[in-house]
Amino acid sequence: MKPLLVLPIILPLAAAAGCLLAWRSRVAQRVIGVAGAAALLVAAVLLLQSVWRDGVQAVQIGRWPAPFGITLVADTFSALMVLLAGIVGFATSLYSLASIDARREQYGYHALMNVLLMGVCGAFLTGDVFNLYVWFEVMLIASFVLMALGGERAQMEGAIKYVTLNLMSSAILLAAVGVLYGLTGTLNMADLSVRVAARPAGGVMTAVSMMFLVAFGIKAAVFPLFFWLPASYHTPPAPVSAVFAGLLTKVGVYALIRMFTLVFTHDVAFTHGLITLVAAFTMLSGVLGAAAQSEFRRILSFHIISQIGYMIMGLGLFTAAAVAGSVFYIAHHIIVKTNLFFVSGVARRLRGGYRLDGLGGLYRDHPWLALMFLVPALSLAGIPPLSGFFAKFALVRAGLAIEGYGIVGVALVVGLLTLYSMTKIWSEAFWKPAPGNAAESPAPPMSADARLMLVPIALLALLTVAIGLAPGVLLELSVRAAEELMNPAGYVTCVMGEPS
Amino acid sequence: MATWLLSTFVLAALAPWLHRLLRAATPWVLATYAAAMAVHLATWAPQVADGATPRVAWTWAAALGIEFSLRLDGWGLLMAIVISGVGATILLYGGGYLAGDRRLGSFYMFLLLFMGSMLGVALADNLLLMFVFWELTSLSSYLLIGFDHERPAARAAALQALLVTGLGGLALLAAVVLMGVAGGSYEFSSLLSRGDAIRGHASYPAIIVLVLLGAFTKSAQFPFHFWLPNAMQAPTPVSAYLHSATMVKAGVFLLARLTPILGGTAAWQVPLMLAGGATMLLGAVMALGSDTLKRILAYSTVSVLGTLTMLIGVGTPAALHAAVVMLLAHALYKGALFMIAGAVSHATHEYEPERLGGLARIMPWTATSAGLAALSMCGLPPAFGFIAKEAFYESTLGASGWSTWLTSAAVLGNVLLFAVALRVGVMPFTARATQATTDAHEVSLTLWLGPALLAAIGILIGLSPAVCDARLVVPAGAAIGAGETPPRLALWHGVGPALYLSGLTVAVGCAAFAMRRAARLAGIALRKPAAWGPESWYHGCVAGMNAVATWQTRVLQNGYLRVYLWTTLVTAVGLVGYALLRGADLTDLPLSWDLHAGETVVCALILLATAAAVRARARLAAIALLGAVGYGVALIFVFFGAPDLAMTQFLIETLLVILFVLVFYHLPPFVIYSELAARTRDAIVATAFGGMMALLVMAIGGGHDGPRVSDYFAERSLGDAHGRNVVNVILVDFRAIDTLGEITVLAAAAAGVYALLRLRGGRARLPRIAVEPRTTIGSAKRERAETAGT
Repeated sequence: MKPLLVLPIILPLAAAAGCLLAWRSRVAQRVIGVAGAAALLVAAVLLLQSVWRDGVQAVQIGRWPAPFGITLVADTFSALMVLLAGIVGFATSLYSLASIDARREQYGYHALMNVLLMGVCGAFLTGDVFNLYVWFEVMLIASFVLMALGGERAQMEGAIKYVTLNLMSSAILLAAVGVLYGLTGTLNMADLSVRVAARPAGGVMTAVSMMFLVAFGIKAAVFPLFFWLPASYHTPPAPVSAVFAGLLTKVGVYALIRMFTLVFTHDVAFTHGLITLVAAFTMLSGVLGAAAQSEFRRILSFHIISQIGYMIMGLGLFTAAAVAGSVFYIAHHIIVKTNLFFVSGVARRLRGGYRLDGLGGLYRDHPWLALMFLVPALSLAGIPPLSGFFAKFALVRAGLAIEGYGIVGVALVVGLLTLYSMTKIWSEAFWKPAPGNAAESPAPPMSADARLMLVPIALLALLTVAIGLAPGVLLELSVRAAEELMNPAGYVTCVMGEPS
Repeated sequence: MATWLLSTFVLAALAPWLHRLLRAATPWVLATYAAAMAVHLATWAPQVADGATPRVAWTWAAALGIEFSLRLDGWGLLMAIVISGVGATILLYGGGYLAGDRRLGSFYMFLLLFMGSMLGVALADNLLLMFVFWELTSLSSYLLIGFDHERPAARAAALQALLVTGLGGLALLAAVVLMGVAGGSYEFSSLLSRGDAIRGHASYPAIIVLVLLGAFTKSAQFPFHFWLPNAMQAPTPVSAYLHSATMVKAGVFLLARLTPILGGTAAWQVPLMLAGGATMLLGAVMALGSDTLKRILAYSTVSVLGTLTMLIGVGTPAALHAAVVMLLAHALYKGALFMIAGAVSHATHEYEPERLGGLARIMPWTATSAGLAALSMCGLPPAFGFIAKEAFYESTLGASGWSTWLTSAAVLGNVLLFAVALRVGVMPFTARATQATTDAHEVSLTLWLGPALLAAIGILIGLSPAVCDARLVVPAGAAIGAGETPPRLALWHGVGPALYLSGLTVAVGCAAFAMRRAARLAGIALRKPAAWGPESWYHGCVAGMNAVATWQTRVLQNGYLRVYLWTTLVTAVGLVGYALLRGADLTDLPLSWDLHAGETVVCALILLATAAAVRARARLAAIALLGAVGYGVALIFVFFGAPDLAMTQFLIETLLVILFVLVFYHLPPFVIYSELAARTRDAIVATAFGGMMALLVMAIGGGHDGPRVSDYFAERSLGDAHGRNVVNVILVDFRAIDTLGEITVLAAAAAGVYALLRLRGGRARLPRIAVEPRTTIGSAKRERAETAGT
């Protein structure tokens, strides 16, 4: 038994249970929330370390051998994703201390956040396709309640659209799992990899893969299935939207990458060609959507879509270098995007809203905040030497290496448009003088709460700079993750044992 | 050199604190730092002139081919000395120009950030590293143009410069990667010997287009020149440094640097000569027609940048050598003139040369420097500018082919610049004093020392060019493909065609200056057609992009949940259906119609109940009919030997119907708002989706013949798991972690329901969202208005 593979699921579950037991005490819930997230972060670091040292690892839950029981698997990609979940979870738990109101905390905010993290980690670690569905359900219900918690009108409207479209995704996913089981007689993903490869490649299997593409495509918010995201991500409180923005859609991307490297590689010309096409449209559509916005979090939300395009671009190109680019991009994006939503929350705290016309003067009044916005914003736009540059460059380089000129051209132009909308936020919220009388009067100092919010922001900004100055570590991780993904034999052997 | 480079960045980060600590001494300290760097770099010159190219390298992002490698050759050394030397004067001047400004600390920071980045561009050996610094210069330029960020014009100009140079930046990135693919390395020093491979590669034309795009946008070549005059929104020290002496030279620097690799072909030379020549003339004409000192100087900078591009395009050793000379001379005199213009405006609060006069007596130091710099800009002996102009003429005269055209254009450009130099460098000091200049005063030492130094150096090199030529100019030329030319610069070349042309330039230039009023009117008249020029294309592109963005967002993110659902379903049907039709053999579906009687009845029941539910006019009826469908499905489970499943299904259906009835009792009557067309469309989508699922299930047919995991469960349930009910054992043992997840779902849902009911001011009331169609329409309108109506 390797406890490290189970801990990322057990720890958030324990923290959630603890929060529920301490329902009456807000302080206890806050302590448990932060402690649980910190423990998850530590466990994630240890897991990644262990995977880096010893290679792919698997645990057969209940000691039922694969493919009969449920297997948890950690390869470099999984472990890296769990670590990112740990980072985002920990940063959010700190940020929430300062920014979530007491009433939401009393009604289970911390417990739900931990349930969400449990679902996310479960999805990253499971090696069973039905179990993956279950973790998506856990995430969906936790995120739905978090989104609706507080019951503000805008929240409810967003939440309804969110939950309806995501339930549609769940239904399609469940049907797809059923059909896949009907075709192969197994649910274990490693086993599926073997059995799908052994079947004669046929249209039926491709059709099933399309169902997975649609189901995970909705979760990942790709073109033209992304509607729920811009309709909802700007409605809940800042830490909630930050954790959604950072983590949730990436679980969909993770699932796409996992299924379309491990299982569905029987018709690459069609499936991955289609994914590349979808990537191009997703990048463009998202960035144009952002250009049309004039509200801090809406701009950021549409940008998520655009960057999902980059992430699946690497999958579509389907070379080791391209997939490594995707993995790097995901890691970079999770850190940066979470941070930008954090900053938007501080801007709201200081100026009372998210609309750009009501913001202004933040550079003059709070230069440190400005700097900490600039780091993730420029990174997002791919300005060197921040993390986003290496992410974008890895994909561009991989694309040009196989003469994918069209998709690379789109990726580059979208980079420029991303810069355009980041400067829009910078220009309106930070450079422009504050509207009204605020421009004249000296700025009041930040409240203690707002300063506490800056702590996780600074941590994530430092991480972004560190990745930029020393990209080697994350690059090596991504390259190794991609090698494992592109050669699933090691994964299969680890789960199923040596073929007898 | 790595130490200087990195310490500049460290200094940039520390600049605000340094400023707080040292106050008025800061500019002196920073200027000393930059000057020390220039001197130290200059000590490398003899070594480099002997052909050494010291190189240092560290791994950075090895997996991507990005090395932190620096290499000092003649061309980089010249540029680095210009950057640090001019930088020293600018830092001093900037401290005086913005003295007392509370943003001075961040000004030093941005300026040093730029200095470090520009040094990186000059010294990087790895082309990707060079690109990193290249983008950083664009970024620091953005921050510095927008330094007066509370003025909308400054913000707009900053954005324009960033977008135009950013466009070039992404082209350059692609070009570098393509060069790496074609040449097998990103190290400039390795690519130098693989020029043939790159020039012969299929992507060579694409590389040229992309490199030119990168260089032309950065160096403000036609048709991308417009951002440079607009960048004059920046504080004057910034204009002098970035937008005249250094950053705008980066494009030219890159073109020259890549000439040994990419050059020597018509595909490379012709576009450079055309764009360079056009830019040279356009800049000079626009300079005449401009009103303010800084704009005039900006356009004259554009003109010189065009000259440099043209010379690189000509590509002969003489032309490349002339380009080096011209670059150096221009950095000296133009940097000085910009700072002088800033000092004059600082002292008089006046920005137009025509409103100035008589400053020679009031501002003697400034006036002297202005005179010396103008001498160089006019190309008169003994200034360095004279030598540069002679070299320019000699190289156009010696160009093979097009010589006449090139020389004529050169003379015309120089004539116009001659007039411009008199207008900005001489007239404000010698013309009759005006209202604005009566209470002017000489500026402080920090404001006149820098330009005076630059102007004086311009004269000194002019008087004795040999050392500079041998140690800096010739090695720089050698590095960009001019070969080992012997030092040739001298003030007196003897009587020849170049001298005649110089004389002609001076004569016509004086005439042009005398007719400056007419020239200005002509220039103003040119503004009308210029309004249709490239800058309007920029605005058109931005506006067009925004219009497309708004349109597509309005169409896609329209706020109607039903359209979202509809799109999602159609996508699913389309993709799955296409994959099925494309690859699957559907002629041989394992259809069997031998249903037994019970099955037939149940199927009929399900179909009838479905049809009736769709047509039902009352909620309760619809719910009851859906319940009937569910019962029918449960019966099918019974037929196929799954009693537990059937039991569960019966219970769920019953419970649902009861719950719905209880809830719906409180709701207003059901009204159908949708129109027939909408319902027809929905029916088609629903049928298509159902049909697709049915087809898929039929296509898998008997499915899989091999072992199934369910066989294992049936076998092991009692023996190993000690349970007689296989379903139970699956739930609590074989797949217990699924159940753990589902229990968590229920707990979270319970917490959510509780919170939703209670967290609304304590009143237990259901949210009234999306129950009535009217509300959803309202929400759609709101979302659409908020998303796309901005």
